[in-house]
Amino acid sequence: MTSKETVRELAAQPYKYGWTTDVEEETAPPGLSEEIVRWISAKKEEPEWLLEWRLRAFRHFMKLLEDQQNPTWANISHPPIDFQAMSYYAAPKPKLELESLDQVDAEILRTYEKLGIPLQEQKRLAGVAVDAIFDSVSVMTTAKETLAKQGIIFSSVSEAVREHPELVKKYLGSVVPYSDNFYAALNSAVFSDGSFVYIPPGVRCPLEISTYFRINAEGSGQFERTLIIADRGSYVSYLEGCSAPMRDTNQLHAAVVELVTMDDAEIKYATIQNWYPGDADGKGGIYNFVTKRGKCAGRNSKISWTQVETGSAITWKYPSVLLQGDNSVGEFYSVALVNGRQQADTGTKMIHIGKNTSSTIISKGISAGHGNNTYRGLVKILPKATGARNITRCDSLLIGDQCGAHTVPYIEVENPSSSVEHEASTTKVSEEQVFYAQQRGLSADAAQSLIINGFVRDVVKRLPLEFAVEANRLLELNLEGAVG
Amino acid sequence: MLEIHDLHASVNGADILKGIDLRVGAGETHAIMGPNGSGKSTLALVLAGHPAYTVTRGSVTFDGRDLLGLAPEERARAGLFLSFQHPIEIPGLRLDHFLRAGYNEVRKSRDEDEIDVLKFDRLIRAKVKETGMDAALTKRSVNDGFSGGEKKRNELLQMTVLEPKLRILDEVDSGLDVDSLRSVADGINRLATPESATLIVTHYQRILSYVVPDAVHILIDGRIVRSGDKHLAAEIESRGYDWVTEAAQPAPPSVAPTAGQS
Ligand SMILES: Nc1ncnc2c1ncn2[C@@H]1O[C@H](COP(=O)(O)OP(=O)(O)OP(=O)(O)O)[C@@H](O)[C@H]1O
Ligand SMILES: [Mg+2]
Repeated sequence: MTSKETVRELAAQPYKYGWTTDVEEETAPPGLSEEIVRWISAKKEEPEWLLEWRLRAFRHFMKLLEDQQNPTWANISHPPIDFQAMSYYAAPKPKLELESLDQVDAEILRTYEKLGIPLQEQKRLAGVAVDAIFDSVSVMTTAKETLAKQGIIFSSVSEAVREHPELVKKYLGSVVPYSDNFYAALNSAVFSDGSFVYIPPGVRCPLEISTYFRINAEGSGQFERTLIIADRGSYVSYLEGCSAPMRDTNQLHAAVVELVTMDDAEIKYATIQNWYPGDADGKGGIYNFVTKRGKCAGRNSKISWTQVETGSAITWKYPSVLLQGDNSVGEFYSVALVNGRQQADTGTKMIHIGKNTSSTIISKGISAGHGNNTYRGLVKILPKATGARNITRCDSLLIGDQCGAHTVPYIEVENPSSSVEHEASTTKVSEEQVFYAQQRGLSADAAQSLIINGFVRDVVKRLPLEFAVEANRLLELNLEGAVG
Repeated sequence: MLEIHDLHASVNGADILKGIDLRVGAGETHAIMGPNGSGKSTLALVLAGHPAYTVTRGSVTFDGRDLLGLAPEERARAGLFLSFQHPIEIPGLRLDHFLRAGYNEVRKSRDEDEIDVLKFDRLIRAKVKETGMDAALTKRSVNDGFSGGEKKRNELLQMTVLEPKLRILDEVDSGLDVDSLRSVADGINRLATPESATLIVTHYQRILSYVVPDAVHILIDGRIVRSGDKHLAAEIESRGYDWVTEAAQPAPPSVAPTAGQS
């Protein structure tokens, strides 16, 4: 096929994760009310303090909703979301957190196997511990015992609430308070499950910790909450993946992730986001409205976000770092791809509070089809952040001429001894480049994926190897035939 | 090896090639000269399969195969290499990664095993030395920010790695300093074998004194108006193209035919 032909042919690439799992699910009736919040909390047998917290969040959210305080500043557009039309809880029956595979529904096991995350002991990815979240609940957490030997806690949030209430109580909402923003308030009221990780002082987590989120039920939203705490001098690398069936209605995924690092601790957090993006005309797909924030509470601590966002009809997320401890380091490495009618408004906030804090932002936006991609980032240097440094680099790659790429940097410097650098570039994958590569023996598609791989390299190389391969494969899949 | 018959081609609705006939045999070197805009690059790009150009008439066979029926990458894998007059920049894609991918595609099409990163690394280092290119360039993005001369040398490097059967060199000598010209010419000569051929597009006799052509063709307004041996190049250099044009024009009917013009 010549490059010319491929240019004209828009990626009508079928989404490979779009099937559904046939299991009986218990789903809450649609609608958001105090009753539902109480029902979710009761379902999880939560302590009173947590219910109270949820209810405060619920009241706050209802007030925002009433005052029409839903965020409108992002460069995205969608019809108003009817928060009374969706269900806030769905879980396969019987709802159990299982220790043994014999108890996991065979269909669900097959689901994860098909997604490339086999949970069976003998098939598991070496060196990776997995928490498998299916709609609103965690169905299985692997390698818990191995980790427990070193004092590492890796469980669903629900279980952590029961087993380690003091930790959850201390940290839940400590980085993202329920009043932080519209969707964080919603999440705090109705969050169902998510992963909880605690690494004790001085421990280097020997496995990659990962969570795989799968939306299956129709008409329900997913509201997970993840909390990771790295105590003094500890280290953990965490990875999350996600997918959902193809449906022609939009589904809401509004998660909150909170990270905390103490002195000398490090958290590496990676995301490969592949929610269903909707069809070529923009019908269906996930609204991915997520709040992710880390707090470098301790000195010399480090938080690094790496994200590869290929899915979702709309992505709205800004994984951020509060650089509170002196000498702490924040990093944000991002690839966001939009094709078809996808929209992404994503970026980060680096808030320099402590002395000699430093942050690096590398954002790579790829726009194809009629996709619209916006990088939105804030670098803020507070008055006490003497010697703070930031380097930001935003690159956009355009494929075809129907797509959009925008860069919206906000820089607020209140300490004159700091240094902030911002670089941005926009390039186009041109017919000439593809032809040149073809002249060297490459097919148009191979040429395109090489160009894309080259473009995203600085980010993808931060991922653990097997996930880097997966990330490149997803980028290729999502762009097949979109050469321009 | 290459047989072009009555080739017509257009771009954006404009007819550029207006009936090209050319045969290049194995082991031969042919030079094409002609004024700016006469269609030399168009010919090279049409042979390589550039999608912007439409062949409106004629045929081309390459090694007995119908060249025009092949996709650009199939032509490349069959052994056709075009050294671009204006090599394309691909920011973000490392030259060595790019070239390894192409090299492996060519190998696959010949039913040979792909070679791994380490072996390729050794190969490219040897070829870099052979072509006299700055080795650091192979770790940079393809042609991105390369100087004019570096781009031309990069074309030579890629050609040296891919070992094509037919080398089409579109102004490989433009932008080269005297020493570079010499070394690029040496590189081209080193690749010449009895089984392969060279088609070299140039404005200057200079490179032809190193890469000595078996035939020189003058392309004017989309047609080859005159062919000759290597002396034709020198004649062009000293006399320009006007005399060829005049000599090639059929006489207007009102003027009586003169000897040698029929
Ligand atoms: N894409 C295009 N669209 C319109 N016209 C084109 C295009 N490509 C080439 N042409 C025209 O075709 C004619 C031949 O161009 P070509 O590049 O083949 O000339 P050339 O003989 O290689 O010239 P030079 O010696 O300057 O390199 C020129 O008039 C040029 O403007
Ligand atoms: Mg030319």
